[in-house]
Amino acid sequence: MGEYTPNTNYLNHQILTARIAHSQRLFNGFTAFLFTVDKSSNSMSEKHNFGIAPVTCHSFNRDRTGLALSLNDSNVKIYKKSGQKWQETDTLSEHGQRVTGIDWAPDSNRIVTCSADRNAFVWMLEGDKWKQVLVIPRINRAATCVKWSPKENKFAVGSGSRLIAICYYDVENNWWVSRHIKKPIRSTVTCLDWHPNNVLLAAGSTDFKCRVFSGYQKEVDEKPGPSSWGSKMPFGNLMAEFSNGGGGWVHSVSFSPSGDKVAWVGHDSSVSVADATMGNQLMVIKESFLPFMSITWVTENSMVAAGYDCNPMVFTYTGSKINMGAKLDQPQEKQSGNIRCSSINEMPKDWNPNCLPKNGDSEDGGEESEIDVIASAMNRFKNLDKKGTGSDTATELKTQHQNTITQVSIHTGTKGDASKVATSGVDGNVILWDLKSLESSIQGLRIS
Amino acid sequence: MLAAVISKKSLTVSTDKYQEALLLVLQNAPIGSKNQAVKDRATSLLMRVLTSFKGDIDQCVKSLDGKNVDMLMKYIYRGFEMPTENSSAVLLTWHQKVFAVGGLGSIMRVMTDRKRV
Repeated sequence: MGEYTPNTNYLNHQILTARIAHSQRLFNGFTAFLFTVDKSSNSMSEKHNFGIAPVTCHSFNRDRTGLALSLNDSNVKIYKKSGQKWQETDTLSEHGQRVTGIDWAPDSNRIVTCSADRNAFVWMLEGDKWKQVLVIPRINRAATCVKWSPKENKFAVGSGSRLIAICYYDVENNWWVSRHIKKPIRSTVTCLDWHPNNVLLAAGSTDFKCRVFSGYQKEVDEKPGPSSWGSKMPFGNLMAEFSNGGGGWVHSVSFSPSGDKVAWVGHDSSVSVADATMGNQLMVIKESFLPFMSITWVTENSMVAAGYDCNPMVFTYTGSKINMGAKLDQPQEKQSGNIRCSSINEMPKDWNPNCLPKNGDSEDGGEESEIDVIASAMNRFKNLDKKGTGSDTATELKTQHQNTITQVSIHTGTKGDASKVATSGVDGNVILWDLKSLESSIQGLRIS
Repeated sequence: MLAAVISKKSLTVSTDKYQEALLLVLQNAPIGSKNQAVKDRATSLLMRVLTSFKGDIDQCVKSLDGKNVDMLMKYIYRGFEMPTENSSAVLLTWHQKVFAVGGLGSIMRVMTDRKRV
């Protein structure tokens, strides 16, 4: 990171942004303020704010210029990237209850969403409008998660009715057909991930188990070749079942880029990896961290997990052990007695008005008192907005995410070689993490 | 058989080998048992070990592996459920030391695990 050197251009830009944001907030209410971006001066992370509601799930399009997310309600919001900001272009509001899963298919550019109203929709872009097709997964409890298969010819929906629905498009009937995987799932299916061969499917459940199923559909799939999980894959076949011995709900599951390993995280503060090339050998790490909500592989041997610690963490699997790597969010030390600045997260964390040249040193000297005024006013409105109180409360976390991280996804690159990951949080932020520059700056962080 | 194990444990407690006694109780915890009476006896035995423990608690906790730290945390929370005179003060001291080693993850596992003590 190196030492921070005051950059007057940058500061002026910040002051200007703060002023604009402040006046917008006063005159336009809160909506104009929603899509702010905070690019840290070190360019290792990029923060995008989408308001004060939790971002429960998100998905990017193929070239990462589009973003679909749910703000913990029945709507799916579509954003388009314009410059550094995200501009809202559409709201998909067909669901009747909370949206629980979104997946944007990179190649066919279709979005599938599922909701607690037990329905799923496939959205297709016609002109500049999103048109939906209703999919009835035939479940009698809430849908919890949804994932396109790698070839995008079918998708899987997890649900509270203890089953996984595999849905594919039946051309003859012009209808999405749903088939169920029921056995031996004993409780809600909370998370899913497809194997790169387009057939196998990993599922985590609140019965504390992680399972690998076959999601083969003879109507749309070619007969799969043998994989490391087995050679016979009729639909619904249980290929493997794992329990890490604890009692935690499985929150997220991820196949490695080769598909030979499956990793999952649970509410018992554990990270587990099962390796099919080593006879389904199971490795578990239980440490002092809080539970993770989401995990994804970023190389064949490394994973990024994020959750209640509000801080993404890297884990590496060596074949005989899971090693805990570094946290991606390295809290930057704040100057003591600098409360007013530290509670404004629009400003970079290491930005400090005291770094400004003193009066008389340059033309910027006169700005200091003005920044104070703007900063304290912004602070006041922010607190009024968030907490219903104007007083300054010292509840800010040292991490960039101010609340639980709900989902981590690959932003740039692939699972085999990711260079950026995105995290969405209950604090309404989506943060992009540049793994390559983080790796070079954080001691002890090796992503291989 | 469980009774035999427990009586053996009682023996060790009486010979003042606290750390060994602690380890023995933790490793033989009847987490799989459906008999509440057995679990209660194991808990009260562990409580005896903890309350009569003499020596460096820090050192003792640090010497335990992850599994035993989690198990000890389970017993500490179980002990909070049925307080006796002075037991809570002792347990709070232990809780502080175990928390320093096991962290929040250890408490999460106490709360989520179905295999109770």
